[in-house]
Amino acid sequence: MGAWIMAGVTFREAARRKILWTALLAGSAFLALFGTGMHFQAEHFTRVSLPPFVRYQVLSTMLQVGFYAVDLLAVIMTILTSVDALSGEIASGTIQAIATKPIPRWQVLIGKWMGFAGMAALYVAAMFGGVTAVGYFIGGVLPRHALVGALLVFLECLLVLTITFMFGTWFSTLTNGVIVLGLHGLAFIGGWIEQIGAATDTARLVTVGVVSSLIMPSESVWRRASFEMQSSFARSLRFSPFSEASAPSAPMVGYALAYLLVALIVALYHFHRRDL
Amino acid sequence: MFLGLVKPSDGQALVLGVPIGDVNVRRKIGFLPEDFRFYTWLSASELLKLHGRLCGMTKARLRERVPALLDLVGLTPHREKRLREFSKGMLQRIGLAQALIHEPELVFLDEPTSGLDPMGRRLVRDVIRAQRDRGATVFLNSHLLSEVEITCDQVVFIKEGEVVAGHDLRTHPDGEIRVAARVRNVSPKTVAELAQWSTSAQLDGERLTLATRTTAVLPDILRHLVSTGADVFEFTPEKLSLEDLFLKIMGEDRGL
Repeated sequence: MGAWIMAGVTFREAARRKILWTALLAGSAFLALFGTGMHFQAEHFTRVSLPPFVRYQVLSTMLQVGFYAVDLLAVIMTILTSVDALSGEIASGTIQAIATKPIPRWQVLIGKWMGFAGMAALYVAAMFGGVTAVGYFIGGVLPRHALVGALLVFLECLLVLTITFMFGTWFSTLTNGVIVLGLHGLAFIGGWIEQIGAATDTARLVTVGVVSSLIMPSESVWRRASFEMQSSFARSLRFSPFSEASAPSAPMVGYALAYLLVALIVALYHFHRRDL
Repeated sequence: MFLGLVKPSDGQALVLGVPIGDVNVRRKIGFLPEDFRFYTWLSASELLKLHGRLCGMTKARLRERVPALLDLVGLTPHREKRLREFSKGMLQRIGLAQALIHEPELVFLDEPTSGLDPMGRRLVRDVIRAQRDRGATVFLNSHLLSEVEITCDQVVFIKEGEVVAGHDLRTHPDGEIRVAARVRNVSPKTVAELAQWSTSAQLDGERLTLATRTTAVLPDILRHLVSTGADVFEFTPEKLSLEDLFLKIMGEDRGL
């Protein structure tokens, strides 16, 4: 019960402080820009003579780029909105009036986590829906498994959210933000190193990428999402950034899920133990 | 620590007969932190509803309780105003209201009058007395000893985390009485004779300072002074203030 109350408060705070609306407004601007770009590209193709297959692949790649931008936005939004959730309230003392109420501390943390998870779900659903609609209605292309892709990006958001919460039980807001963004940056560059390694058959590069994914699996979840959404042709291309050779395996997604659960347990344990 | 904010390094403690850290016992406890902060995007009535819900109160109960509490702390005209528009004093009042929303048996108030004007301080005193009258126990933590003196029944002094002294303001309503008198023609012998009523007597020029256990002996002292030929211009009994008692118990401020 306490967790649901806290989830509701977190959601309401985002709405009251215009965080949710600002994010959705920025998302709408992004979709408008993306739609304009897709429109001009599709219109251009009507005036030039190109095989339908090539046209489809170009527009599909554009769609993938749209999803890529959505993923980046969703992850950054998740970190920025939640980075202050625990550390800020602990530092300001706001948490004291809540933590002394007859609800266990784990419910306070889980409630806030659920609130941010709900917002991330809304954001990912709206943005994925928007990009898919733009692709279909303007470009005439669809991702292969849009729902699987959206769910994986949501998982990635939950992962960075949970890690942000975990470090938020230890560190100040600024330090927490630096750590989580740093970890995601490490995963990001590690992912690209792995892809380049796969494209050039350089085993050591692939190993470096895999290790970085084990340290922080957020980027590997996105690469799996992208792999699920791209066309069969793009999948089979060795030079594609998300070709079969560099796509994280299903067990890596399982690892990311386990990573999330462990981070959540650590966050709950430390939040329960620490002085407020 | 009683509310589970800080973990004990060692030992055990009970609150309302239950080991500290028990979540359910907090249904019977109210708390106002010293530096009360809350979600400033909430309105006063929303804040009270949220705290009430966290305390397990039903919506029906909250519909009665929230307006009553807003009235109690004088914030009814501001019930829909966001807390970010509140002054420090108004925040203290709404903080006090949230501590009492669930009618707790035990209330911890940490510096509840800080930031309040005289009217606000009086309001807090009245609210605390109302809690006492309904049978609740209120722990008032304050450095404003005049407030403590007016409001509390019992007082303890804590120094470096340990209780160093306690004082029951009900059992010894007189406390130690200090009398300041302006006199002339008082001999050292007369001063020495005052020892039969006073615990100390000191003459410094025209200023005679006495200390007694009770006000009942003051007429005897005055009669004795007059009967020995002393001219008494002033004779003012002063109750030893809690502040004096504090200084006496805690010692001089060494700037620590």
